[in-house]
Amino acid sequence: MFGLYCYIIMSIIKVNHISKHFGNLKAVDDLSFEVKEGEVFGFLGQNGSGKSTTIRMLLSLIHPTSGHIELFGMPLERNRNEILEKVGAIIERPDLYPYLSAKEHLQLFAKVRKQKIPGSAIEATLDKVGLLDRASDKVQTFSLGMKQRLGIAIALVHNPQLIILDEPTNGLDPQGIADIRSLIQKLSREEGKTVLVSSHLLSEIEQVATQILIIHKGKKMVEGATKDLLDPEKKIVQIKSMDDAKCMQVLLAGSFSNYILSRKEGIYLKLPTYEIPLLSESLIKAGVPIIGIETKNSLEDYFLQVTSNL
Amino acid sequence: MWSLISVELYKIFRRPRTYIAFGAIAALIVVIQLGLKIDGDAYAGFLMKDINDTLTVDGKVLNGYLICYILLQLLLVHVPLLVALIAADMISGEANLGTLRLLFTTPFSRTQWVLAKFIAASVYTILLLIWLAFLALFVSMWIFGTDDLFLMKSNYVVLIEQQDVLWRYVGAFVFASFSLLTVTSLGFLMSSMANNSIGPIVGTMSAIVFFTILSTLNIPLFSLVKPYLFTTHMNNWKEFFDIQVNGDNEAITGSILNIPKIKTSLIVLALHIILFVSASIFIVKKKDILS
Repeated sequence: MFGLYCYIIMSIIKVNHISKHFGNLKAVDDLSFEVKEGEVFGFLGQNGSGKSTTIRMLLSLIHPTSGHIELFGMPLERNRNEILEKVGAIIERPDLYPYLSAKEHLQLFAKVRKQKIPGSAIEATLDKVGLLDRASDKVQTFSLGMKQRLGIAIALVHNPQLIILDEPTNGLDPQGIADIRSLIQKLSREEGKTVLVSSHLLSEIEQVATQILIIHKGKKMVEGATKDLLDPEKKIVQIKSMDDAKCMQVLLAGSFSNYILSRKEGIYLKLPTYEIPLLSESLIKAGVPIIGIETKNSLEDYFLQVTSNL
Repeated sequence: MWSLISVELYKIFRRPRTYIAFGAIAALIVVIQLGLKIDGDAYAGFLMKDINDTLTVDGKVLNGYLICYILLQLLLVHVPLLVALIAADMISGEANLGTLRLLFTTPFSRTQWVLAKFIAASVYTILLLIWLAFLALFVSMWIFGTDDLFLMKSNYVVLIEQQDVLWRYVGAFVFASFSLLTVTSLGFLMSSMANNSIGPIVGTMSAIVFFTILSTLNIPLFSLVKPYLFTTHMNNWKEFFDIQVNGDNEAITGSILNIPKIKTSLIVLALHIILFVSASIFIVKKKDILS
């Protein structure tokens, strides 16, 4: 009972083996991950990798072909409304009503929440995203960056526990990107919110995320704490062998299994630099026909390599 | 639920497009009223030319009641097209704009949203009809005055006493609201199937034109389906202006010739509304929101 209690408190998002197929296209393929309370979870992948499809499934906009999603410890399918009351989200483009003002947007979306949201909260939210001085202006006069900030304001107006931001820096100038970054950090550190933020740029994610998941062609490539994945003491290596199956068998049987990052688009490991010779030695001893062990300089290298179909 | 309806109504009435229909109806009615005010006697003479030799009509034939009847005959055919402009845009317009995903990530079910949108579109339709009634009936009564209503049907003449007319218009407008709500629900159904506004608007208009032609053509093959087509029943508001006569062929005040026909039409239209809205809910619930 105690264990279950801890689980409910800690796990905000739990995704179990979800897949989404559009005809023959596998947009998301057997994806599992977990987001804990208070985390800033970076969801990384190139355009078309399945990030937005996954996010739409988390928000019940898309029905998964298979798999199971839980938010706040509740199955999404059965507790949709209760869950969405605690979630704020922006999804891809900031699409809004051009004939309404920024303030009218927030009033409108405040109205469709079950709790009463006072006018002062609406103004405070506009102030938070730097739009208070444009509150009465119609959205059709806004730049893309301002629309994006208004989209974030809509996501925040009801003070949600979980904030899902899909490519929130799209269309923003460098200052706008920095503002969003500090807003995410503030939401997490000062307000204790859980944030899932997606991007196709590792450089954006690595500065704010506490956890990172890289997705490619709908499949999970790597997941882990940012500090571990970006640890300068560790290197990412790719093993090239003539018998990947045997190589994996050896790796999984030994102490190197903990270092495996991915085996779907090649065999990648992230391990301390001093262990690389040991890895090489153990594979040779086990009779794995190795062609080479290639060292990558950074997670960025790895990300670019796996997502560019090497 | 009320909050969703108020949000939808707010959006409808903040859009400039909404007022096109109100403006178009006002413009049409004013033009016709102006024409009849200036040249009404000639028009009345033209209407009466076939019966002038056999019948003498005292009083003011071209009064507000007749003008309203003429206007309804002309406009109730075209108002559905104006209704389609809004109804067929209710879901697909938001899908096209990308705002549907904002609505569907609020803590209300898709069924609630679809019903709220349909109710809001229905309120718009009813308001449009009230606007039409105000201009066509009350403004005509004010401009042209009132008298007995003299109607020339295809092979007979109906004369309804002045004090027996107004309630018939109330009935006719209530009936017309069912007709227009059927169009609203059809537009809504089309809207639920598309991600852009143009397709459903054109689709709704085309469906109305297509089924109206089927309803109008007297081809035996089509007679099988005609009773089930909503377009067959949409114009039966006119039944309120057919009156029963007694043995001396005198009109019975307060009577309607064919009440069962009106009832049947209302049932057919109501069933269409339920069918179209239920289908819309089913489609939207199953739909993946990709826009």
